[in-house]
Amino acid sequence: MSLIYPVTIPKWGLSMKEGKVNRWLAKIGDSIQVGAEVVAVESDKIAGVIEATGAGVLRRQIAKEDDVLPVGALLGLIADNEVADSDIDAFVAEFQSRFIPGQTEEAESAAGPETLKVLGRNISYLRRGDSGEVIFLIHGFAGDKNNWLFNHEVLAATNTVYALDLPGHGNSDKAIDDPSLEGFVRVIFGFADALKIGQLHLVGHSFGGATSLAAALQGTDRIKSVTVISSAALGKEIDAQYVRGLTRTNSRKELKALVGRLFANEGLVTRQLVEDLLRFKRLDGVQAALESILSAFLDGDQQRVVLSEKLANLAKPIRVIWGEKDRIIPASHAALAGADVHILPNAGHMVQMEAANEVNKLLQF
Amino acid sequence: MARKISFKQAVNEAIAQEMRRDETVIVMGEDNVGGMGSDGERDAWGGVLGVTKGLYGKFGDRVMDTPISESAFIGAAIGAAACGLRPVVELMFVDFMGVCFDQIFNQAAKFRYMFGGKAVTPVVVRTMIGAGFRAAAQHSQCLYSLFTHIPGLKCVIPSSPYDAKGLLIQSIRDNDPVIFFEHKLLYGLESEVPEESYAIPLGEANIVREGDDLTIVAIARMVHMAHQAAEELVKEGIHAEVIDPRTTSPLDEDTILESVAKTGRLVVVDESHPRCNMAADIAALVAQKAFGDLKAPVTTVSGPHVPVPFSDALEDLYIPNPAKVKDAAIEVLRYAK
Repeated sequence: MSLIYPVTIPKWGLSMKEGKVNRWLAKIGDSIQVGAEVVAVESDKIAGVIEATGAGVLRRQIAKEDDVLPVGALLGLIADNEVADSDIDAFVAEFQSRFIPGQTEEAESAAGPETLKVLGRNISYLRRGDSGEVIFLIHGFAGDKNNWLFNHEVLAATNTVYALDLPGHGNSDKAIDDPSLEGFVRVIFGFADALKIGQLHLVGHSFGGATSLAAALQGTDRIKSVTVISSAALGKEIDAQYVRGLTRTNSRKELKALVGRLFANEGLVTRQLVEDLLRFKRLDGVQAALESILSAFLDGDQQRVVLSEKLANLAKPIRVIWGEKDRIIPASHAALAGADVHILPNAGHMVQMEAANEVNKLLQF
Repeated sequence: MARKISFKQAVNEAIAQEMRRDETVIVMGEDNVGGMGSDGERDAWGGVLGVTKGLYGKFGDRVMDTPISESAFIGAAIGAAACGLRPVVELMFVDFMGVCFDQIFNQAAKFRYMFGGKAVTPVVVRTMIGAGFRAAAQHSQCLYSLFTHIPGLKCVIPSSPYDAKGLLIQSIRDNDPVIFFEHKLLYGLESEVPEESYAIPLGEANIVREGDDLTIVAIARMVHMAHQAAEELVKEGIHAEVIDPRTTSPLDEDTILESVAKTGRLVVVDESHPRCNMAADIAALVAQKAFGDLKAPVTTVSGPHVPVPFSDALEDLYIPNPAKVKDAAIEVLRYAK
């Protein structure tokens, strides 16, 4: 029997309650492959694309463009042409009668972010999933665990996934005892110790990539693999003006322009994304924390630490993912000897957000 | 950061965190402790609506009750500020401020200027504003325009719990006298507020929502009226940008002018009396600096030029509401030369 695949409003991150239908990318009657882009949706934080989870024909577009609908709401249906219209109508009626907006929300809110004392400081993290491999997601400079909102749930379907807020970031304590890469590596191992986690995989973005690579170089068997995304520490070049601006400005307008540089498509930057960054930057201690990382990280207008040569002798799987249009750290840095390298077109520095579906497909453990 | 607290709790938390951080911060006002010097329960009131409740238990005599003599205790707070303390003094209703205008307008506002920068006056005067409390003409005004008129004063008017905390922390850290206006109908409003301390700079407007069709500037409780109106307008395909200046002195002119440059149309919603109010001031600003951008005359939404009525029915009619804001927006959009 042919299956009917519903297309629904996804939940991108803890705070997402509803999404706006921006544009249908497939027409009724279009043949749809698994992974094909079906509809563009926007949360208050970010715009994204929903892909088909099953193959067939787009039979119904239930939501109209500009509709604002709760997480989980039915947008459309994919099914083979041989599925009768009456079966599809019955499926819709059944779905709608069972659908209660906010129900998934409440079930999940029980498992919000948690806090752990690591080396005397509070580290905030979000855990999802409880099977397969243990994966740590490490965000970049001035980022936080929400940078993984498109990836975390997907990975957690088959793994146990922790997204951390590094010291000085997100909801973790803002004091940074040691702003060097080694200092952050100690926090990551300390975090794993506190949770009695043995072996794990690291996935790091940008500065978090540099931290992950530095952790792998410590020569322990604990790190099974490292995936770095638009990573620091693989070359000297970096948009130092961006990093300094991000540290020092508190103007909404300047921040918006800076955040735009993170994406190939600046239209993805919503008012809320900039507002959240502003709110983070206003917290006491954040300015000092970012300044301390900056002085350890930058040497003039270049990156101080380059780990590429040391990594050449590392007997561990390394996966490198980059956005071809990265304006912060050039994609040429992806050419790491011995690594499994993927350069994604039409994506900037925040590849894991901008090309989330492609990145998620690459993140196999 | 999913914690939600009320506007009232946000104000209390801001004061408590600054008192913990800086021992020169003190609190004073009528019944800000409640029952001080009597045999009864201490910390009984925390001000007339309980905003400072609990601070006495945490900070003891750094929180004090004052006599019902505004000219005396506002003067004392200003003097204490000039001598090195950072008083957060509560003057129950802004409507009573008249009895201490000299202390505020001629003393606090002028010290830094008249002593050539050698004196600073880091005092925060917290006061309640706003109609809708069924409290009649002497307890319902929004007199921030009066204080905005005086050079040397900073005027801060938060519209949300998040802004209330961050703006109050910044106001306490600021070296100039700040009048901090709290709309009494917002006290129960809840929103997400970080537990950590944070400061929102004075003079930075908040873009509450973005839109290309018209700009609505609104202050204090009116921000919520404007936001509701904007949500109604979306149903008709109209996208309004809503701007909350947050502080009227300093005023973030750039954010307003940039928005009008984009939309060409402006509605200003201000609960204060319509003559010489912030709506008139912002309309004049845009007429002078952005005339060429305007596609329609600026429209203001305020009550009539009368005292706030005591009758429930008349008071409701007096206060601007989302329907009036929406009507003004549609009028501005329909305008044709």
